[in-house]
Amino acid sequence: MRETSVASLDTKKIRADFPILSTEMNGKPLVFLDSGASSQKPNQVLKAMDDYYQTTHSNVHRGVYKLSQDATDLFEASRRTMQRFINAKHDHEVIFTRGTTEGINLVSNCFGRKFLKEGDEVLISAMEHHSNIVPWQMACEASGAILKVVPLNDLGELDFDAFDTLITEKTKIISIMHVSNSLGTINPIKEITRVAQSLNIPVLVDGAQACSHMKIDVQDLDVDFYVSSAHKMYGPTGMGFLYGKEEWLNKLPPYHGGGEMIETCSFEKTTYNVLPFKFEAGTPDIAGAIGMAAAADYILELGHERIARHEHELLEYATEKLSEIEGLKIIGNAKNKASVVSFIIEGTHPYDVGAILDKLGIAVRTGHHCTQPLMELLKLPGTVRASFGVYNTKEDIDVLVTGVKRAARMLT
Amino acid sequence: MTINELQDEIIDEFSFFDDWMDRYEHIIYLGKKLPMIDPSAKTDEKLIKGCQSQVWLDAEEKDGKIHFTADSDAVITKGIVSLLIRILTNQPAKDIAEQELYFIDKIGLKEHLSPTRSNGLLSMVRQMKMYALKFS
Repeated sequence: MRETSVASLDTKKIRADFPILSTEMNGKPLVFLDSGASSQKPNQVLKAMDDYYQTTHSNVHRGVYKLSQDATDLFEASRRTMQRFINAKHDHEVIFTRGTTEGINLVSNCFGRKFLKEGDEVLISAMEHHSNIVPWQMACEASGAILKVVPLNDLGELDFDAFDTLITEKTKIISIMHVSNSLGTINPIKEITRVAQSLNIPVLVDGAQACSHMKIDVQDLDVDFYVSSAHKMYGPTGMGFLYGKEEWLNKLPPYHGGGEMIETCSFEKTTYNVLPFKFEAGTPDIAGAIGMAAAADYILELGHERIARHEHELLEYATEKLSEIEGLKIIGNAKNKASVVSFIIEGTHPYDVGAILDKLGIAVRTGHHCTQPLMELLKLPGTVRASFGVYNTKEDIDVLVTGVKRAARMLT
Repeated sequence: MTINELQDEIIDEFSFFDDWMDRYEHIIYLGKKLPMIDPSAKTDEKLIKGCQSQVWLDAEEKDGKIHFTADSDAVITKGIVSLLIRILTNQPAKDIAEQELYFIDKIGLKEHLSPTRSNGLLSMVRQMKMYALKFS
């Protein structure tokens, strides 16, 4: 079997790549279980960015001198790395952005301006992050379109019966997350695009929680747009990418004006540059792009299969151990889950649990995870969420479980 | 007792605790003990929404003094709320508006009053002071 032929991750070696993991928090060894909010950065990423600033920095696509050419080469090589990372057909289908949120705003804004009109519908799901709700609300408000929401079943999965009835001839775009940041649910993107493509409805996928955990193949998924953030996949903050099928990116009007996105400019008329530059106004985050590509290389080198297996083991172990705690309830029990375990303890508030875990050196996320509508649906003030990365171990989970037991004792 | 006398009393009370565990245990104890705000006062109008936890605050002025009651959905937040109430309720409006609250730093719970915690406490203190300002 192929599964067993792949060696498991050497977490000891991996942990040595992340200097922050050997620090302390509140006088206790740091147990970092909040990679879902932002992952830590390996030396390889830090070094790539540092090297760039130390040896190659200058503005890209502008200078006739060698340094500028070298910077441009590195920047464009980063784009090709990201193309390979998501298996895009063309490198110009990869647009550098500030992150997932900007990517969604870019599409909702440009798509909304050109293709949404009164009475049209935009379809999202009940588990979406605020960043995949609010940009569409804004686009709907500007165009008179209506936002429709696919409900969830009790396990925290998309309700496909409802999905089928909610897709109509009025649906102009579907925007959905790949992996839920609150529940861990992996959505069956291929099933969604199969239905959507047969009706010529474009699909945007918010991949913020997916890219570091599983292989993303945008051609196989047959998505029209895919957005993600570097900082959740071991890369720098303030950086991300938008993948768009060439035909769609050509159809959309530009987003921001200025700098790189211009072909010719006069006071009478400006013509726009070709892809990908049409959507990259102003000097880009060159070091960010290089850092993101270094992070993608880091993931590719570890191998998606090994990463997925390691994190799945952690998820199963955490789910099993946490479930043994009296009064603890796991929130989100989808059959397909990735790297997130959300829970509540009866009679306690997530904030209190988080505050106690903090004192024990354990970093988890508490609250509504920027999915307030979902929490209202679940009738919860929030959850405690542990999320895993390549550097986490079963020992981390043991520390978490001991901490949660202690918090439960103190609070109930 | 004045606001500062009460703050010093609380600092003294907490000085008996050696570590964070004991301090948290005490805060949780206080949180559980705090009389709930009158349910009729638990309206959206009195709600201070934090990203993490929520606080309800009710205030009433009588003869230049302000009477506060409050509640929170999180017990550690509620424990700190109870300390704030103990210090500020039935004090002259002018004192509430002007006195600096130094006790929280001294008892080692400063992080709960930081904006990143977003637990509603910082907004609650601001609202208490603003309410008092109207009558001072």
